[in-house]
Amino acid sequence: MINLTINGLAVSVEKGSTVLEAAQFLGFPIPTLCHHEGLTPYGACRLCVVEIGEGPGARLVSSCTYPVEEGLKVRTASERVVRARKMIIELLLASCPQSKVIQDLASAHGVRTQRFRQEYEDCILCGLCVRMCSEQMMAGAIGFRGRGTERSIGTPFDVQSDVCRFCGGCMHICPACQLRCTYNQPEKAICNACANLAPPCIEKEQYGDMMCYMNPCVACEIK
Amino acid sequence: MDTKGILDIIQHNGENQAGLIAILEEIQAEYSYLPEEALRLVAKETGRSLADVYGVATFYKAFSLKPKGRHCISVCLGTACHVRGAQKIVEEFSQELGIKPGETTSDNEVTLETVNCLGACALGPTVVADGHYFPHVSRNKVSDIVDAARNGLETLDGKTDGRVFPLQVSCPVCRQSLMDPDHHIDGHPSVTLDASFNGRKDRVHLSSLYGSRAPASGNGVPHNSVTRLHCPHCQSEIPSFSDCLECGSPMAALYIREGCTWEVCTRRGCQGHMLNLNQIDLLKNDEGK
Ligand code: SF4
Ligand code: SF4
Ligand code: SF4
Ligand code: FES
Ligand code: FES
Repeated sequence: MINLTINGLAVSVEKGSTVLEAAQFLGFPIPTLCHHEGLTPYGACRLCVVEIGEGPGARLVSSCTYPVEEGLKVRTASERVVRARKMIIELLLASCPQSKVIQDLASAHGVRTQRFRQEYEDCILCGLCVRMCSEQMMAGAIGFRGRGTERSIGTPFDVQSDVCRFCGGCMHICPACQLRCTYNQPEKAICNACANLAPPCIEKEQYGDMMCYMNPCVACEIK
Repeated sequence: MDTKGILDIIQHNGENQAGLIAILEEIQAEYSYLPEEALRLVAKETGRSLADVYGVATFYKAFSLKPKGRHCISVCLGTACHVRGAQKIVEEFSQELGIKPGETTSDNEVTLETVNCLGACALGPTVVADGHYFPHVSRNKVSDIVDAARNGLETLDGKTDGRVFPLQVSCPVCRQSLMDPDHHIDGHPSVTLDASFNGRKDRVHLSSLYGSRAPASGNGVPHNSVTRLHCPHCQSEIPSFSDCLECGSPMAALYIREGCTWEVCTRRGCQGHMLNLNQIDLLKNDEGK
């Protein structure tokens, strides 16, 4: 067992657990996005930041990938953590404003505006779908391609995969695909008050614009 | 595509994840690109998903999924070249060839690429065409370089065209040419030097192509040992101003006509070499001798 303190409370957890698991065990909420029980931690979104250490040595780490250490001092809601978290949400809003998951995160953390150039990406590269496909569905049909600004998710060579099981797992888990607003039918939309400066509902007319690997689609109900 | 050849490459590289890049590198060296069928085969044989293999193949700039042209022109967009207007050079090449960087002309002759630093920053903007370095490229030199590449750079001679590497190397002390027209390496006259090691002397020949990986010839010196290099004319030791970036052994500074030095690592087997403009001051008193 490893002993550490989280927000001043002592806890002892099994060796090999992550700081996130320890905090959840104590009931301290840490928002996560690219983390999912049953999938290997990936540390892509950085939303789960916490502060470890003390004084000038204190630093921010992603709790979903940080293994517990003996005597570690963790703060899950320090001023620095909250600031970093809000910034991450702003950046997520800037790239993927139509995502219900990100909209909800923004509401929950009081992020009302974002100061960056507004984009409308279909993907935040969280890697959940890739891990879902290879670790739970044992298919390995989709993966990351390219790097830097060219990085994207999809099938090799952009042709329909012959190992895809049409299980819909990738769409089910995708935070960017989960839409509350029915922006392809704006007249029927129930506005979620996403507080976007430029509501994406006007920008996109087709759900087909969203990424979808299934042909025919078995998961998508918003057609 | 030669399935057997690719299977061989896969086999002798082992089947662990670390081997994947080595396998892809070898296939790329063989075919100049990574054919789709080859990637499928690699995935099947190594037990990895095609998505993983494809991810690695598209992640690294060194890999190409498209066949390359017979000639390859790389324009440096590294910091040093960038500030000297390399972007304009790229645009000029694009216009001249009618293709964007990363593309190949429709006749499959020339591929245009951009790279981030070629290690010859002092010569920027730098362009490499089929392994030949062109220093200080300006926009009006672009069409010459394209013509040269299309005509095959091997026929070009460093003596008539000062912009083209192969290098013309002389002794930094006596200024006599070190070129040996009777001994060719890489299709060019080689650079000849005396190497001394443990009291023994031996004539060695180096490739005069900047960027060549051809090993120095000369058998008397054991692999990996550091030698002292001497001019075969005046017998002075070739001076060293710096250490090899790759292995830390002293570099021998040879004099080049353009007024810079070409430093080659003195450890036998090490490929470390670089062009250095900073030595001009040390050597220029003897200019024009
Ligand atoms: S639908 Fe296909 S691509 Fe998506 S998780 Fe299932 S097997 Fe993978
Ligand atoms: S498609 Fe969705 S799940 Fe997959 S990486 Fe992008 S945002 Fe994440
Ligand atoms: S304004 Fe309403 S309908 Fe439009 S994107 Fe935002 S929440 Fe959805
Ligand atoms: S949840 Fe930890 S980095 Fe995404
Ligand atoms: S920046 Fe162009 S050679 Fe280094």
